[in-house]
Amino acid sequence: MRAVSNRIASTVAATAAAAGTLVPASVYAAGAVDGAVQKQATNVSAIVMFLVFVLFTLGITYWAARRTKSAKDFYAAGGGITGFQNGLAIAGDYMSAASFLGIAGLVYANGFDGLIYSVGFLVGWPLVLFLIAERLRNLGKYTFADVASYRFKQTPIRTLSACGSLATVTFYLIAQMVGAGKLIQLLFGLDYMVAVIIVGVLMIGYVTFGGMLATTWVQIIKAVLLLSGASFMAFMILAKFGFSPEAMFKAAVDVHPKGVAIMSPGAFVSDPVDTISLGLTLMFGTAGLPHILMRFFTVSDAKEARKSVFYATGFIGYFYILTFIIGFGAIVLILGKDANGAYPFLTAAPAEGVKAAVASVIGGTNMAAIHTAHAVGGDLFFGFISAVAFATILAVVAGLTLAGASAVSHDLYASVFARGRVNEADEIRVSKITTVVIGIVSIVLGIAFENQNVAFMVGLAFAIAASTNFPVLLMSMFWGRMTTRGAVMGGAIGLISACVMIALGPTVWKAVLGHPTAIIGYANPGVFSIVLAFAGIWFFSITDNSAQAEKERRDFEDQYVRSQTGLGAEGASAH
Amino acid sequence: MSQSAQRIVNNPKFQELVAKRSAFAWTLSIAMLVIYFGFILLVAFGKEFLGTPIGSGVTTWGMPIGVFTILSAFILTGIYVRRANGEFDELNRQILEETK
Repeated sequence: MRAVSNRIASTVAATAAAAGTLVPASVYAAGAVDGAVQKQATNVSAIVMFLVFVLFTLGITYWAARRTKSAKDFYAAGGGITGFQNGLAIAGDYMSAASFLGIAGLVYANGFDGLIYSVGFLVGWPLVLFLIAERLRNLGKYTFADVASYRFKQTPIRTLSACGSLATVTFYLIAQMVGAGKLIQLLFGLDYMVAVIIVGVLMIGYVTFGGMLATTWVQIIKAVLLLSGASFMAFMILAKFGFSPEAMFKAAVDVHPKGVAIMSPGAFVSDPVDTISLGLTLMFGTAGLPHILMRFFTVSDAKEARKSVFYATGFIGYFYILTFIIGFGAIVLILGKDANGAYPFLTAAPAEGVKAAVASVIGGTNMAAIHTAHAVGGDLFFGFISAVAFATILAVVAGLTLAGASAVSHDLYASVFARGRVNEADEIRVSKITTVVIGIVSIVLGIAFENQNVAFMVGLAFAIAASTNFPVLLMSMFWGRMTTRGAVMGGAIGLISACVMIALGPTVWKAVLGHPTAIIGYANPGVFSIVLAFAGIWFFSITDNSAQAEKERRDFEDQYVRSQTGLGAEGASAH
Repeated sequence: MSQSAQRIVNNPKFQELVAKRSAFAWTLSIAMLVIYFGFILLVAFGKEFLGTPIGSGVTTWGMPIGVFTILSAFILTGIYVRRANGEFDELNRQILEETK
């Protein structure tokens, strides 16, 4: 164990610096490995296990490619995924490397506060189920824009939705690519650029050849691997304490520098407005992420769509409970002495009688879960968890890329540019070309942003999803008086206000651009931008007296009947 | 409006389905919002309560309350899916059947 720890020993602890000073907005940054990291010695067992994963998933891609013929196969896996499988895939989309390493790291650094974020990320799911899932399934075909534009003028709404999707996907992708490069440097000892290129090339391969079917199965396999690995870790940690959480908490309190304070809420939540704003953004952002909404079209009907969310909520909730246990286990295993009286995971042993500092962990707080894997399962399990972390990034970027490519081919090319006069083969070709372009662009951006602070980008992605995609989608299904003008104006207001407020807020204006104080004091614009978007939709709809608007209002009844009953909804493919 | 959609709207069972399902979905949504924002408000204004140990140990009230919030999300989705995939889907099937 000592040998491997030393490999990471030289890592710069810049990542740890964020831990003590986290403000709510940086929750998104949790998993992004920030700052400079040094390349490590090559980690052979991790690379071998990762290669096995890659070979296996390429085999699946080959299998999927032979089954992917029509547009429905490419975008929606033929509609033949079951609710249970889709639940795992959705959970996989959500359990990114950021949430695994980041939330375990937050718990390691701050204890109870990590739980506040897990809860925020989870509670959006029941709302997705109650309000969106079945209507979405009944109305849509391949993308959420199908639903948002159902009875409206196609060109403006599809364009707006595609902009919202592409913005969300791009920011999310950059954050993932940069995180991937750094993490892989740290875990595998590969060059940053090599890591980013591997991720980009593999995701292009999965998506262009295997479409949604391959993307879904890669995500399912990774979800099973991650859940199994995390379950094993939590089990081993609890076993050390005779399965008594109280004993585990006691041991953690004894070695953590904050002592008993890790058992109660700390300084994370200082401003109630910012906190509620974060809660709203997380909730509604979840319901506006294009790569997740797309998954509802891969199941056969509304019944399976509902089951998907039920299973997804269960897996995600279970996963967050595991990360919480892993975080507390990390406190004991990293900050406490091991059986030999040594501190193998710290950059330097603390002086006698002094508690070890949280930030002295090798590689920074985001490495807490990885060290814990090492401590409970030895070198081989350490390699396994490293390989799973890599696989996780790969699966998430593949889903994002497919969502971005669909927005271009299905919404922009087929509906806006060709005005529906396009055959399936051409549409799929455009989608595959777009996938290659998105892959190359994200490799280039990943390299360009290597030394930039990308922490705000996932926050921005969530804010755009919550302030543009979600309000337009929700109102199009629930409010019969909405018109094209209202949707476009409201969506645009949400998009612009979210971007501007983040740019002028503490995460970008202060932390990225280096100004001494932020122009806008709130890190999370959600409570303002979401309300503005809804207000914009309302105002510009009720004042719209055009003949087109009247027609759109009359068409609501048909849409309503279909959304409620599934009359005329897309079924599964015959094969 | 299309003819089949018109027939569905005129079917009293459709009105029943929509009224029941909407009421159920909104009730559960509000329950989730109350639980979540209740938790957040406790975090913001009830730090001391959440930090109070249960009995003589170090485990605080915040722990079971946090875990309860996570479990409640799962349980609420379970409650909805059970009724929607059973009672509501049966009603829906009847409506579509009668419309043919």
